[in-house]
Amino acid sequence: MSKVRPHRATPSLDMTPMVDLAFLLVTFFMLTTKFAAEEPVPVDTPSSTSTIKIPDTNILTIMVSKDGLVFFNMDGQYNRAAVLQKMGTKYGVEFDQTEQHSFAVMGASVGLPIGSMKQFLDMSPEDRKLVKQTGIPLDSLHNELADWVLESRLSNRMLRIAIKGDRDADFPTVKKVIKTLIDRKVNRFNLITNEEKESS
Amino acid sequence: MAEITQGGGGGKKGGKIRSKKTSTRIDMTPMVDLAFLLLTFFVMTTTLNKPQTMEITMPEEDEKEPPKVNEKHVLTLVMGKNDKIFWYIGITDPEVKVTNFSHTGIRKLLLEKKRDIPKLIVLIKSLDESKYKNMVDILDEMAINSIQRYAIVDVTPVDKELIKDVQI
Repeated sequence: MSKVRPHRATPSLDMTPMVDLAFLLVTFFMLTTKFAAEEPVPVDTPSSTSTIKIPDTNILTIMVSKDGLVFFNMDGQYNRAAVLQKMGTKYGVEFDQTEQHSFAVMGASVGLPIGSMKQFLDMSPEDRKLVKQTGIPLDSLHNELADWVLESRLSNRMLRIAIKGDRDADFPTVKKVIKTLIDRKVNRFNLITNEEKESS
Repeated sequence: MAEITQGGGGGKKGGKIRSKKTSTRIDMTPMVDLAFLLLTFFVMTTTLNKPQTMEITMPEEDEKEPPKVNEKHVLTLVMGKNDKIFWYIGITDPEVKVTNFSHTGIRKLLLEKKRDIPKLIVLIKSLDESKYKNMVDILDEMAINSIQRYAIVDVTPVDKELIKDVQI
C-alpha cells in the first residue's frame, strides 16, 4: 500500500478572491446604509405582530415622546424646504436660503414652535443637539401641527403619514394627534411599531 | 499558526542560519477579519433597521347617522391605568369586569366572545390615564384574533361611572 506522504506545506490558502468579495460587499453595504439621524428624544416604540414594513420614501413622521411632546419629520429635501417656507409665510416668519437649506438637510425630527424655528436653524448642528425642544403646539386654538401636515401634503401628494409614539406616551396626546389628522381629512395613517419580542 | 510550526522546526536543525527567502505573500488574516466584521455589522444593521407599521383607518367625521346595532353584539373595552382593561357587553345596566393584557386575559376573552357572538363589534375606549402602548396592544389583539369590526371611540361619562365601582 503506497503511503501518501503528508504534504508539509504551510496551511495557507489563497484568500484573495474571498477578500475581494468581502470588500465588495462591505463597500456595497456601506454605501447603501442610511444611518438614522440622531433624534432629539429617544422613542421606544411599542411592539406588535404586524409585519408590514414602512416605506422608505414619501413618509411624514409625527413623533410623540414619553413626555407628550410632538415632533415632526419628513423626507425629501426639496419638499422640506418648500414646507418650511410656506409655514414661514403663514406665521409671518421669513426664512432665508441658508435657513431653508439647513432645515432641508437636517435628518432629525424637530419639535419647536415656528416662532423659535429661525433661531434654531441659525445654530450650528452641534449646538442644535443641546437645545431642549418644546414640541410642536397642538392646542385646538393654536395648532401648528395641523398646518405642518396640511402644507406637507400640499407639497407632496404621495405622502403617507406615520405616528411614531413612545410606548409610555400618554393617550390624550396621541388622541390629539389623531384628532388633528382626522380634522385634516387624513383618515388612513400608520402606527410605527417594532417586532414583537416576548411572547405574550 | 503557520509561523509557529516553522519556528519549532528551525530549532531542531542545528541552528544553522539560513537566509530566509522572503515570501511575497502577506498575512491577510487580520484584514479579512476586519472586512468580515464590518460586513457582518452592515448586514445586521441594514436588515434589522426597518420598523414595522400598523395601518389604521379611522372613519370620516361627518354628520351622518352612525349605523344602528344590536347592543347585545357590542363589547366595550375601556383601557385604564396600569394596563387594566374594563369590559362589558351591551349598554343597559352592564356588568363591568376587569381583565389585563395577558395571554389568559384579553386574548381568551376576545376568543370567547367572538365564538359566542358572531356579529361582534368591539368598541375601544381609552381613559386619559392609559398609555399609547395599550392602544397599540389592543389593536394588535384585534389583528391576532381577526376581529374585523372594531372602532376607537371616546370615553363617555357613563363609562367612567360604570368603571368607578370596579376600580380597586
